[in-house]
Amino acid sequence: MISALANPARFMATSRWLAPALGALAAVLLVAGLYLGFAAPDDYQQKATVRIMFIHVPAAFVGMGAYAALGVASFFGLVFRHVLADLAAKAAAPLGAAFTGLALVTGSLWGRPEWGTWWVWDARLTSVLVLFLLYLGYMALQAALDDEQKAARAAAILALVGLVNLPVIKFSVDWWSTLHQGESLFRKGGPTIAAVYLWPLGLMSVGYMSLFGALWLVLIRAEVWRRRTLAAELARAGA
Amino acid sequence: MRLLTVAIAAPILAGSVGLSLYAMGDAGEFFFSPSQAAAKRVLPGRTIRLGGLVEAGSVRKLPDGTVEFGVTDRRDVDRVLYRGDLPDLFREGQGVVTRGAFRPDGVFEAQEVLAKHDERYMPKEVADALKRSGEWRGRTP
Repeated sequence: MISALANPARFMATSRWLAPALGALAAVLLVAGLYLGFAAPDDYQQKATVRIMFIHVPAAFVGMGAYAALGVASFFGLVFRHVLADLAAKAAAPLGAAFTGLALVTGSLWGRPEWGTWWVWDARLTSVLVLFLLYLGYMALQAALDDEQKAARAAAILALVGLVNLPVIKFSVDWWSTLHQGESLFRKGGPTIAAVYLWPLGLMSVGYMSLFGALWLVLIRAEVWRRRTLAAELARAGA
Repeated sequence: MRLLTVAIAAPILAGSVGLSLYAMGDAGEFFFSPSQAAAKRVLPGRTIRLGGLVEAGSVRKLPDGTVEFGVTDRRDVDRVLYRGDLPDLFREGQGVVTRGAFRPDGVFEAQEVLAKHDERYMPKEVADALKRSGEWRGRTP
């Protein structure tokens, strides 16, 4: 599928309908997830505050997933010199930064009432902040070089180096003592979240992923159009 | 060639990051449990974070407004004194992380108490039902 989409003409034809379809799917899932989230009963300890989970966890999830996508796209851009992969990497960064930022902000809002603090420098919170800063650094590097090809290559190396942060985030709560709680979902013996919360959490997660997919495609398309316009202008100026 | 460069660089990078994280040792820890603090012989007056469960039946309010409670990791217990607002989740059997220092007499004087939530989420009714049926494997006091 990736090799099929690697053809820019085919990518443009496919994404033309895939982007709005994913957007519509995201809207349906997010509305359903929010409804179930608000309808769910209060937690035995956290009361109504537990609902922040439905915003926070999928945001962190997609923030990390977006970085994985950025890493894969950078790899193909760097090694196989594929222009579309460069564009895909460039487009993933602002989205990933936005989702990671949302996870940081909602986590802070959740920490204040439950833990008693907006922020602590424990391994989980710090490694997610590093993820956010990696996105910002990637975008800054990308914007600092005028030659787009050079910018894409330099940024791709930064993106690949930053990939080591993903397992650190994931296992931070196992490797070190943290204030952040341990893994609830992907753990031995199954999730420790009651089914009544798992449904809205799952719907919101798939909804966030669809939203990311839709926005990503739109941004890649915009970038393709920008390049085409640029090329057309250059051709006209040269003629 | 480019693929080879990436293939060689990746394990070196991952290894060096792994070694750095390993070398960080305790610096990555957010808190010590009472038995870790005892094993490390933390000096009195040195600011650390001490974390564990609030020992059942240990919470006492002293006349001057200070709260006294035990923090346990089920092996060792440290007595903690704290003056100030406690977080909502603070209760016996609940995880807490306190920041402060040991006095020479071994009592921990905390400047800050944070609640630590565990990874379980369930409606109140489910928790009650589990407790009734004796299936509760929580940190009940």
